[in-house]
Amino acid sequence: MEPLSSEGMGEILSPPATTLGFVGWVRRNLFNGIFNSLVTMVVLAVLMAFVPRFIKWALLDGVWYSSGQGCREAGGACWSVVTRNLRFILFGFYPYEQQWRPVLCVGLFMGLFAFSRKPRHWNRRLLYAWGTGLLIMGVLMPGGIFGLDYIEPARWGGICLTLLLSLFGLTAAYPLGVILALGRQSKLPVVKSLSVIYIELIRGVPLISLLFMASVMFPLFLPEGITVNKILRAQAAIILFTAAYIAEVVRGGLQAIPRGQYEAAESLGLDYTLKMRLIILPQALKIVIPPTVSILISAFKDTSLVVIIGLFDLLKTTQVTLANPEWMGFSTEAFSFIAVIYFVGCFSMSNLSRRLEREL
Amino acid sequence: MAEDLSAGNDASASEAVPFWHDPAKRGMAFQAAFLILVLTMGYVLFTITRGNLERQSIATGFDFLTREAGFEIGESLIAYSAANTYARALVVGILNTLKVAVIGIVMTVVLGGLVGVARLSANWLLARLAAAYIEVLQNIPILLQLFFWYAIFREVLPSPRQTMNPIAGVYFNNRGFFFPVPKHDPAHEMMAAAFVAAWVAGLFLRRWARRRQDLTGRTFPGWTCSVLLLLLFPFGVWLAFGAPSAMEIPQLKGFNFEGGLSISPEFGALLLGLVLYTSAFVAEIVRAGIQAVSHGQTEAAMSIGLRPSLVLSLIVLPQALRVIIPPLTSQMLNLTKNSSLAVAIGYPDVVSVVNTTINQTGQAIEGVLMIMTVYLVLSLATSAFMNWYNKKMALVER
Repeated sequence: MEPLSSEGMGEILSPPATTLGFVGWVRRNLFNGIFNSLVTMVVLAVLMAFVPRFIKWALLDGVWYSSGQGCREAGGACWSVVTRNLRFILFGFYPYEQQWRPVLCVGLFMGLFAFSRKPRHWNRRLLYAWGTGLLIMGVLMPGGIFGLDYIEPARWGGICLTLLLSLFGLTAAYPLGVILALGRQSKLPVVKSLSVIYIELIRGVPLISLLFMASVMFPLFLPEGITVNKILRAQAAIILFTAAYIAEVVRGGLQAIPRGQYEAAESLGLDYTLKMRLIILPQALKIVIPPTVSILISAFKDTSLVVIIGLFDLLKTTQVTLANPEWMGFSTEAFSFIAVIYFVGCFSMSNLSRRLEREL
Repeated sequence: MAEDLSAGNDASASEAVPFWHDPAKRGMAFQAAFLILVLTMGYVLFTITRGNLERQSIATGFDFLTREAGFEIGESLIAYSAANTYARALVVGILNTLKVAVIGIVMTVVLGGLVGVARLSANWLLARLAAAYIEVLQNIPILLQLFFWYAIFREVLPSPRQTMNPIAGVYFNNRGFFFPVPKHDPAHEMMAAAFVAAWVAGLFLRRWARRRQDLTGRTFPGWTCSVLLLLLFPFGVWLAFGAPSAMEIPQLKGFNFEGGLSISPEFGALLLGLVLYTSAFVAEIVRAGIQAVSHGQTEAAMSIGLRPSLVLSLIVLPQALRVIIPPLTSQMLNLTKNSSLAVAIGYPDVVSVVNTTINQTGQAIEGVLMIMTVYLVLSLATSAFMNWYNKKMALVER
């Protein structure tokens, strides 16, 4: 077929300029109708009132590297409270010259996380890589072997504590959660009711009450002479708490598997363990990967609660910095910095969760 | 026939195979073993704990509730002093938790609904702004947000002597927010009674209007009339009592303001943090709920000639609410549970009162049990209410 030519036909008119390009876009999206035009004007007015003031305070008048006194004289944002105390805020009381170890741990974690973002990297090797990574972190932080100085857990702090609590919390809570979910779906009434009671009990109370339990009640449960480090106790509380939420997510996955799969597995003569391990769980756990990432996000955010029982996580180190008379009164800047760290972590994870939901 | 056959099969099978190959009996044995294991663990823990308690001479039981508490509580809905019992202190804490939870839930639903609708707005700027609001507030831990607002209230706001005075009679400073309230007058009780009466009348009016519409097909603006009743009847009573308009205005006395309505920085920070954080989640739920109603429903409603407002109230909202309510319930519970973080900024909620009690009496087990019971009861009550509401809203199928 020959291409159409405009020769001999009427001149082709282009659409009116007001519907094309930037002007068209603005008209379509910001000023389509009286109400929307009004909303746009109001929003713009509010932005005009606040954004320039914020930029002046945060950037133009901001002080980036001065003493606390210098900050008070400047009048703008005092980012010095962050830059001058950065290593304490990030690593707490971890010995200064040994802080390459937590840096390495955080770097290792970020590398593993970045690599795990692509579903095509998911195989057995990645699992081994995570296992090795966690092992290295577990050795690097306390030290005591390979000529590394021993650093008692009481001195761990800052971002490492936050990462360790959420990462090991999820790793340990995952199997427990799967078992609880299987228990809740079980046909055995005793197993089922105990699982239901556990899950509903934990989901009905705030994490704080479990952390209180860990800090004041656990010591009473232990035989005389045995003491468990406070970080480990908080870790146990986080594991018990997260497991109940994972159980509910996994239960959703188990319920989404069609009955036919269960029946087919049974008709092959597989017993309960084989049926679950080979047929049901691989499918169910794959479905629930996106909601599991959401639980990881919650766990990451919830670890900040350990500050209430006095552990030196990111929030506590910031508070300690702010209690120093030199830096008193600059909470806004310091908390904004911590907020950015949490935001970057959670936002990248929630983006991942959303992408996986589309791809899987 | 088939049943007989299978029953026969079972009977013969149980005779033929040993019991460890019979799933039913094996299940029983497994459950018994599991139960024994759990009970043994419980018993061992109990014994160890009792031994520990005796050695450290910590009392057990709830006798301490009747003793004198001996600590002050910053704000309270009922009369309380340090001379009152621990039990009364606990009630004060529970009421404070309920206060922040109830006010917070109402504000969260309103704000979350608005942001959720804004997120779907055809206005690009508004939709982007709502999206940014949701992303930022969801991804920052609630505790950090509480610290942030509390720090702003304590550090950025001026002292009572240099108080901010945005409108006459209203004062903002680092001791709290102070608003004028109408001076007490007998008219107020009558206005409250009028309000209740108007509510009941509105209920009957709407029922009558619905019946009339069912019978004759004629509509009656029942909702508009009941809202007008709610506003006008108390207003009429107020006028009838001579329009008492004396206000109680907060006054600076010594180092702080007195009189009027005051909101402490602790309560303000807790409420603001909880509402902003939870409303971001509620906004996402509302957005998903509205998007779940298919476009065909809207088009069908418009094609039968319904006005846009009726399309929303009769077609879209009832269907969206069905999707929205279950996750909304869990967000309300989350808000209630997160209100326990009050202990970190010094608002005297139930956790903070019990925490003080544990520190004074050393009875940690009873304390943690009390906290857990309070939240479990609140959770169960909320979900019971929501189940009832859910059932009411559920799809009535032919």
